[in-house]
Amino acid sequence: MPRRSDISSILVIGSGPIVIGQACEFDYSGTQACQVLRADGFKVILVNSNPATIMTDPATADVTYVEPLDPDVLTDILERERPDALLPTLGGQTALNLTMELVRRGVTERLGVEVIGARPEAIDTAENRELFKAAMADIGLAVPQSGFAHSVTEALVIAEEIGWPIIIRPSFILGGAGTGIADNAEDFTRLAAEGINASPIGEILVEKSIAGWKEYELEVMRDAADNCVVICGIENFDPMGVHTGDSITVAPIQTLSDVEYQAMRDDAFAVLRRVGVETGGSNVQFAVNPDNGERLVIEMNPRVSRSSALASKATGFPIAKIAAQLAVGYTLDEIQNDITKLTPASFEPVIDYVVTKIPRWAFEKLPGATPELGTRMQSVGEVMAIGRTFGESLQKAIRSLEQGRMGFALATQNEFADLDDETLWHRCVVATPERLFALHEVLWRGASLEEVVRRTRIDPWFIEQLMRLVALERELHTVEVSTLDAREWRRFKQAGFSDPQIAALSASDTATVTRARRAAGVVTTFKTVDTCAAEFDALTPYHYSTYEDDSEVRTSSRDRVIILGSGPNRIGQGIEFDYCCVHAAMALRSMDVETVMVNCNPETVSTDYSTSDRLYFEPLTPEDVAEVIAAEQAACVDGARVIGVIVSLGGQTPLKLAHTLDPTLVLGTPVAAIDVAEDREQWSQICHRIGLRQPPGGVVLSLLEARKVIKDIGYPVLVRPSYVLGGRAMEIVYDDAALERVMTDLTSATGSLAREGGVSQSRPILIDRFLEDAIEVDVDAVRDASGDMFIAGIMEHVEDAGVHSGDSACALPPQSLSESVLERLHEYTARIAHELGVVGLINVQYAVKDDEVYVLEANPRASRTVPFVAKATGVPLAQVAVEVMMGVTLVQLRERAVVPATTPVPEYVSVKEAVLPFNRFPGVDTLLGPEMRSTGEVMGIGESFGIAFAKAQLGAGTGLPHEGRVFLSLADSDKVAGVAVAERLRELGFTLAATVGTAGYLRAHGVAVDTLVGKIGAADLGVDAVSLIASGEVNMVVNTPSGRSARADGAAIRMACTVYKVPCMTTLSAAQAAVTGIADTRERGWRVASLQELHR
Amino acid sequence: MTRPRSTLVLADGTAFEGYAAGFTPEGGITTGEFVFNTALSGYQEVITDPSYAGQIITFTYPHIGNYGVTPLDDEATRPWCRGLVVRDLSPLRSNWRSSEELEAFLTRHGVPVITGIDTRRLTRHLRSHGALPGAFGVGERAEVDRAAREATGTDGRDLVSQVTTPNPYTRGEGELHIVAYDYGIKETMVAQLAHRFRVTVVPAWTSAHDVRALDPDGVFLSNGPGDPAALGAHVKEISDLVGTVPIFGICLGHQLLATALGATTFKLPFGHHGSNHPVRDVTSGRIEITAQNHNYAVAPESLARAVVSHVNLNDGVIEGITAAQERCFSVQYHPEAGPGPHDARYLFERFDHLLRTGQLETK
Repeated sequence: MPRRSDISSILVIGSGPIVIGQACEFDYSGTQACQVLRADGFKVILVNSNPATIMTDPATADVTYVEPLDPDVLTDILERERPDALLPTLGGQTALNLTMELVRRGVTERLGVEVIGARPEAIDTAENRELFKAAMADIGLAVPQSGFAHSVTEALVIAEEIGWPIIIRPSFILGGAGTGIADNAEDFTRLAAEGINASPIGEILVEKSIAGWKEYELEVMRDAADNCVVICGIENFDPMGVHTGDSITVAPIQTLSDVEYQAMRDDAFAVLRRVGVETGGSNVQFAVNPDNGERLVIEMNPRVSRSSALASKATGFPIAKIAAQLAVGYTLDEIQNDITKLTPASFEPVIDYVVTKIPRWAFEKLPGATPELGTRMQSVGEVMAIGRTFGESLQKAIRSLEQGRMGFALATQNEFADLDDETLWHRCVVATPERLFALHEVLWRGASLEEVVRRTRIDPWFIEQLMRLVALERELHTVEVSTLDAREWRRFKQAGFSDPQIAALSASDTATVTRARRAAGVVTTFKTVDTCAAEFDALTPYHYSTYEDDSEVRTSSRDRVIILGSGPNRIGQGIEFDYCCVHAAMALRSMDVETVMVNCNPETVSTDYSTSDRLYFEPLTPEDVAEVIAAEQAACVDGARVIGVIVSLGGQTPLKLAHTLDPTLVLGTPVAAIDVAEDREQWSQICHRIGLRQPPGGVVLSLLEARKVIKDIGYPVLVRPSYVLGGRAMEIVYDDAALERVMTDLTSATGSLAREGGVSQSRPILIDRFLEDAIEVDVDAVRDASGDMFIAGIMEHVEDAGVHSGDSACALPPQSLSESVLERLHEYTARIAHELGVVGLINVQYAVKDDEVYVLEANPRASRTVPFVAKATGVPLAQVAVEVMMGVTLVQLRERAVVPATTPVPEYVSVKEAVLPFNRFPGVDTLLGPEMRSTGEVMGIGESFGIAFAKAQLGAGTGLPHEGRVFLSLADSDKVAGVAVAERLRELGFTLAATVGTAGYLRAHGVAVDTLVGKIGAADLGVDAVSLIASGEVNMVVNTPSGRSARADGAAIRMACTVYKVPCMTTLSAAQAAVTGIADTRERGWRVASLQELHR
Repeated sequence: MTRPRSTLVLADGTAFEGYAAGFTPEGGITTGEFVFNTALSGYQEVITDPSYAGQIITFTYPHIGNYGVTPLDDEATRPWCRGLVVRDLSPLRSNWRSSEELEAFLTRHGVPVITGIDTRRLTRHLRSHGALPGAFGVGERAEVDRAAREATGTDGRDLVSQVTTPNPYTRGEGELHIVAYDYGIKETMVAQLAHRFRVTVVPAWTSAHDVRALDPDGVFLSNGPGDPAALGAHVKEISDLVGTVPIFGICLGHQLLATALGATTFKLPFGHHGSNHPVRDVTSGRIEITAQNHNYAVAPESLARAVVSHVNLNDGVIEGITAAQERCFSVQYHPEAGPGPHDARYLFERFDHLLRTGQLETK
């Protein structure tokens, strides 16, 4: 069946901000869909609230709405655009849920919009567990024994029938939020309550736990002619019990015989047909009892998913792109296989390598969260690695994680060495981010395969593979590298041992190892991901390294630039940097330069093989990157050359590698200049020389030295380690006691920095005077080689200085800064950029207090805010930077109208708001601080700051209330300013509740308070704060903690807000912004507008 | 585990270094025609498929042996292939169904293995140069080189007589009786037939006269190894049967039936060997993902008395034919699926329908 001719415009819904369980894999899928549909002549209308995505680039779709993903907003957009069809299957659970809501409200029917990709009935059957179980029973497939409950009492009745252990899963959830396993009635009661709450329809599935069974996933596709194919089979290293997003997973399936695999394949197709997914991609998860092969269907997603992104990268088969084509009527045989260009997409990819995915977690940033893995997904990112064998791919994946581990062998980083056997076994049995390495230690100590399998229930095939690595590691302990012959070298390198690891294990050094290896003639070879295991010629150069006989990199006579990506998503380094790298590829392509991408994150657009001319799916380590550069240099013919390497767009990851590169290859700002900005002493000297004020401070290594510095500068101070990401372990300290606690922790061998190497001369602790109540400002700018500057955007933060810039809301253009301050910000930024010799991007952070401008830090590289500035102003900032790095001048770019003459000051206001992962970590205090904890961001655009802020809040998932009751609990220092907030709330018709102290102050200043709230444990003074929030009778909470006091009381309030989904403002400035937002919304109402209209 | 070094040399002199595993043949060297198979699972079925007689199988997936072997998955009583080339042979089996490690099984059945090979390089070589004869083994390189030069391919060779059953046997209890010619029949094929019919499996050299004497409702032509052009005698018997009884052929059986219907066969550059080939049923338009294992195919221009029913979407090769008048049909691929997807098992139903109604169902 050919392309449908009865539809011409399609609305695509994105997945919103990056949150745990829904990350940039949906930018990858949505971008693919938009591109392929547009290329086929459809008008594509896109809605997504996340500005850091490629899909929300104005060039990706015909019409782009950066608006909250909310049914009312979507209704407005649908009414305005009147598309023929709505495609909901590429924007994750968010898009599916939103579509279902629009269908329920009758919006799609009223407006005559057809839902394509998955019919609403199919979505319902797959997503509603009751319907799904019934559907599975229809086709004779077994699902785990279970029942549905809508109350704890109901749940307990079911639990009694099933028996422990029991797993609780809320209906209609995202990444397993609110899911847990209980072994007893007490845990069960708590988890059941949490689960009912997490479910949008207040329903949980209570199910017999099958923890310890083997877990599999099949990525399947179906077209309108009922042709079904399996794109990829995935086997989990971690048995059932750990969320698949938190599991180490491997493709292809390793331990199923063909008889079992084909039966599973038949089941998957039966599920697809019964659920009614007519076209597109889905995944079906299975559990298999290792003792008898019994197979249960766990779940299916009638849409593309994180696993389908992984499967696409693992096989070279672009599931999302093809799903979009199937949705508009094509059948699989009508679509060409991109990689071979000769064969159709109606086939099942086969691979001749092993793919391993390892998640990356952020527990170190979330004190109070237990780093134990379960059925609730907690990881914030993932890496994928490709090797010819499991051992090789596992070791490559481990070093891709960038957590200081060079491979599976622990070498010098062995935190398990001192554990007694029983403790160690415990660490092997309980799934944690470190379990893999505990397994290493237990195998190193000589545990038998049988015992490891018995205790952990990890498949023996995997354990045997790990044992092989340990055996090789033992050999390396006694090896003299200079005596190894080519065959011996290949044994180690083929098992994935990196040169630094071999050096550490054989008591040599990396340079010697690399030299000896190359002298033995053992060099990296690059093979190709081709969907067909070499059966056909692959035309798309998508490579991975291994150590085999020959390499498949083709020669080319074009100059090329290598772009180093940003590795796994983590808090502090996320999709924004992938956005920048993708833009680098776009800019270079437009300049007719060949682009080469190196990255290891399977979720991203950068690792889509069509983003650049050549893709190397490789760990971002000095050795791996050097081999790619060498291969590219070797592939240059006819005078072509590697022009350079871009290191400044991918965050810290490529910057760290910059030091290992030939300096002449680094494009743009020299590495030395980046170092100067990071080095406290040199940076201070520069500021002094060019006449900029910094908060006073010093560099210390010990508590004693810290006290000395503070004696001069006074409290409060900001204490932060150097060379960390996202304000890691950063704290504001108000007194001696806190200083002692913080410094003791930072300098301790087991403290916060232990894993990162602790404190040293080269990595000291920085202490600065903390400027209370200062306004923080971010400036993004580009400087060209001639010294010309373009200040692209000035962002005023909503939260005061002290909240990490990544967690703070900010507005563009700035709302309260005076002309004189703005002038100085321009001037200072230019001075810094000139002084550092920046060629490309620079981001400077300032604090403005009492009209005085202090410079906090400068980063001569892409910042987190680059995509936001680009969307707020319409200037493609990252591309501008790349052109400048390639020698184009800003004058030329102005002539081409790519860059405006002066800093753009849009007529509309854009607000960026951070999205925090607290709903995943119920025990973590939600208070914002200098340590960044947000996973993503949203953008709100409006004609006033208030409207933009309100939209951003709605986009972030906590929309501001229009009426009802607000609960205020203010720190003493906020009470004066709090009166005005309270007054305006009353004017807007809200009733007020307040804690005793706050209420007293407000009443004394003439503001009526309706409800008195007692402190926790002192309910006699009024209703208990947590109960009040739980009762659902509070629509917003303002809880600002005092800097000095213990925060425990407030913490309970804030956590209750997280659990009961009540918007909670933890700073007074956010509360003021919220009030403005509520007032503006009421006064003017919202309008939706596309970026194309706004940028016109 | 330390294994002896082993060298693989193709007839064109291309060499690969690896390690010896499995059975050690006399003189340490084995020869055969090198082919590759891209299936991700089902190595045991592939190894025991008699169609691989005379061939050395290269598995493109690097880890082979992970789930061991079980007599339940044997396609024949013994492997007929001449050797295996793998990247990594698992010393451990992990599956509740398995009863033996793959390597022990291979050693027991006399199949030599070379491991540690860059199988992707070998596959790419075979892809661009076609299936090549060659050798691998331990010992002097010159010996391996010589063996490789002297190794023969499968062209013009009758390998069927090596693998066919010496005596007829029966299986199944259906009301209809079919006679299945064993040119190297796979167990899954017998099982699929026996599931529906009473089957008498007869040796490849059984005459049309003797088949008729068994009074079958239909005749089945099995898969088998080697060059169909070398099997003129068998074709003659089939020609005798065509038109007198419904016939269903698979793989070699398809090629023989086509030849009996006047067509010719030719050798593909490197054949189809895997479990992921898309085939279109030209009447229904439906696509089947199929298991395939053939080096020869029916030449389209030679087809006069039959029409094409199935085509390979990758390269357009004929994958099935029907001759409605003669109540015959056949497919080049493996609908019985052992290993491989079950998408095409409906063809056994089609055979059943043909036997009952005399009509070829086309859906």
